[in-house]
Amino acid sequence: MSEQIESLRRELADWLTPRLAGPFGQLRHRGGPGDEDALGVERKEWEQELARGGWSCVGWPTEHGGRGLSIAEQVAFHEEYARLGGPGRMGHIGEGLIGPTLIAFGTEEQKQRFLPGIVAGTEFWCQGYSEPNAGSDLANVQTRAVRDPDTGHWRVHGQKVWTSLAHESDWIFVLARCEPGSQGHQGLIFLLMKLDQPGVEIRPIRQLTGTSEFNEVFFDGAVAEAGHVVGAPGDGWKIAMALLGFERGVSTLGQQMHFAHELQLLVDTARKNGGAKIPVIRARLAEAALGLKVLRANALRMMSGADDGQLRREALSYKYAWSNWHRELGQLAADVLGPDGDVIDGELNRLQQVYLFSRSDTIYAGTNEIQLNLIAERALGLPREPRPVVPSKG
Amino acid sequence: MNLELDQDRQMIRDAAEDFLSAYSDSAKVRAAHEAGGMDAGVWQRIAAELGWCGIAVPEEHGGLGLGLFELALLQEQAGRFLLAAPLFSTACLAAPLLAEAGTDAARQRWLPALAAGELTATVALSARGLDPFAVGDGVRAEPDGNAYVLTGRCRHVPQVLGTDLVIVAVRLGGEPALFALPADTAGATLMPLETLDQGRPVAELVLDGVRLPADSWLDAGDVAAIHRALSHSAIALAAEQLGLAQQCLDLTVAYAQERQQFGRPIAGFQAVKHRLAEVLVKVEAARSAVYGAAAEVDAGVSDKELLFAAASAKSFADAAARFAAQEAIQLHGGVGFTWEYDPHLYFKRAQAFSHWLGSADAWRERVAAQLLEDAA
Repeated sequence: MSEQIESLRRELADWLTPRLAGPFGQLRHRGGPGDEDALGVERKEWEQELARGGWSCVGWPTEHGGRGLSIAEQVAFHEEYARLGGPGRMGHIGEGLIGPTLIAFGTEEQKQRFLPGIVAGTEFWCQGYSEPNAGSDLANVQTRAVRDPDTGHWRVHGQKVWTSLAHESDWIFVLARCEPGSQGHQGLIFLLMKLDQPGVEIRPIRQLTGTSEFNEVFFDGAVAEAGHVVGAPGDGWKIAMALLGFERGVSTLGQQMHFAHELQLLVDTARKNGGAKIPVIRARLAEAALGLKVLRANALRMMSGADDGQLRREALSYKYAWSNWHRELGQLAADVLGPDGDVIDGELNRLQQVYLFSRSDTIYAGTNEIQLNLIAERALGLPREPRPVVPSKG
Repeated sequence: MNLELDQDRQMIRDAAEDFLSAYSDSAKVRAAHEAGGMDAGVWQRIAAELGWCGIAVPEEHGGLGLGLFELALLQEQAGRFLLAAPLFSTACLAAPLLAEAGTDAARQRWLPALAAGELTATVALSARGLDPFAVGDGVRAEPDGNAYVLTGRCRHVPQVLGTDLVIVAVRLGGEPALFALPADTAGATLMPLETLDQGRPVAELVLDGVRLPADSWLDAGDVAAIHRALSHSAIALAAEQLGLAQQCLDLTVAYAQERQQFGRPIAGFQAVKHRLAEVLVKVEAARSAVYGAAAEVDAGVSDKELLFAAASAKSFADAAARFAAQEAIQLHGGVGFTWEYDPHLYFKRAQAFSHWLGSADAWRERVAAQLLEDAA
């Protein structure tokens, strides 16, 4: 088995290295979290190059255009890809979230219509869950979907927010309320909608980084076709939650390789600018390195257990652990940079990005506060908060 | 590396939990504290009947030949139940030193008896205590004809009534070396120290020109092997800290669900829930660190990787144990400050252990030196 994994690593490295040294050189280590607005056109070309090499959707079954890799092979793929500086994946929402959801719950027509575009890197997706009044309390979604009795299509009115990559995407999946007067988890619908149509407006949100990776998406009578409902109307919550469950932590090993790259940049900077001579900085750098090692062991534990559908303690605590580790790394980056951390040289450098963008890590996909509720209630069995809590992803 | 709690590992863990929950409960532990920090009956069963001392000893020396991971699972349960017996000093300190750094003759002489539970052993490591970064700095050994003469002091030698063998770290010609010292050797004194943690007694070893035969010299002259063994010990100690932390969490969750104020269990207040959740986050991080480190060792590591493994296990487990014990006292409220309730037993143990085999600060400095100076 490990021989098979080694040969997969070699095959990927042989394919990736010349491309990142040559035609796609400017994309190396670019486009990750905090840098998702970088080089959009080039990264879309990269997605198609990946597809030509057979490196997109590697965890999908072969019948849907994937490679059918095992969990261990997917881990190796993500690690090696990130280690070699593979660009942030413009297609990750299609590949990691909506694709697996359609494979599990989609109609034949939906699979035939949408899966090939995801595999080929020609159609890009974004996620329409959060709203101004439905963040931590995602079930409070107010966007309305009304069925046109003549055509069977759905007309959508409302607003989504924190939509990553909306401005680069072709399609959005939307959680909306299809039963007027319904509340909470009831009466929701899961829709697939084209972004390039009348009644859809995308406004970038200027973040505290000064850049824009997130957007607001406004719907004013935009249409979702009758055949583009996933599951039955009213089952939207079930589909929305199942979608979040497909990310079984496999790509987190790749994320950790990004973190390792950032940590190395930080160590190099500290050695150059004298930060490495300060005892407390040394201790904090060591702690960061050890913390990353522990996150890796945690992720491996998550994948070594039986898949009994229950989130175990190491999985429930993982989001809180990695996001706070990363935010701490950001603070350390700022402290190592010193006064120069405040100086912008053209654009934010990688360490400045880490410092600023990591502030969002402890907010999106379930804030620190929601994570602690989840841990207390699901892992420790403590009394539940008055309202149901669910994680939501921007 | 194998992090999976498969059936065999689960059985080892569960058997240890079953035994200790019955024979090392709060009342028995407290009785042991009154009796010099040792429950001789429990030790007899662990050593002679359950075979825990031999779990990680190679089969050729009479052990079970399992790994550090399995030893860590036992240690974790020992920590949960505040075991008052010298499992750590015998199976986690002396055994790895002999197995990793001992000569063939030393291994053959001592390991079979240790694995069989017939030998209670401990280690005297340095002047200040169990400091893996100052091995042998408390005792000088001088050759004298066909013998060696040892002079000096070592503090914090884990020691109980009935200790048979002390492995003494010395400097011999300036280099660290290990000697076997039968506890009843003339001129060697083990003076018990009074400690806050009454369940892990320690002594100061005083050697006043003790003459030992040449074959008492245990190690094969490989200092790196001594450091490897001590890193294994640090990971095993971290496993015990992990168990302490877990038990503090479990005790406190149970108490918070039972204790009512303002007409409802205090476990329902978000301030309490979040604090307990933070304890869980630290406990799980410690578990990942300890299991990860043990699995890495069992799969084979370089000395540099071992430094990172031991440092992560020790520093994360220390942090979890100290935080969990602190919060156990805090969330028990007034009764958490009493002698009668158990949190203070964990609090004192966690504090004491965090200074055994390298503090988190000391390990981090070693890691920083690797990261910052040795990087290419």
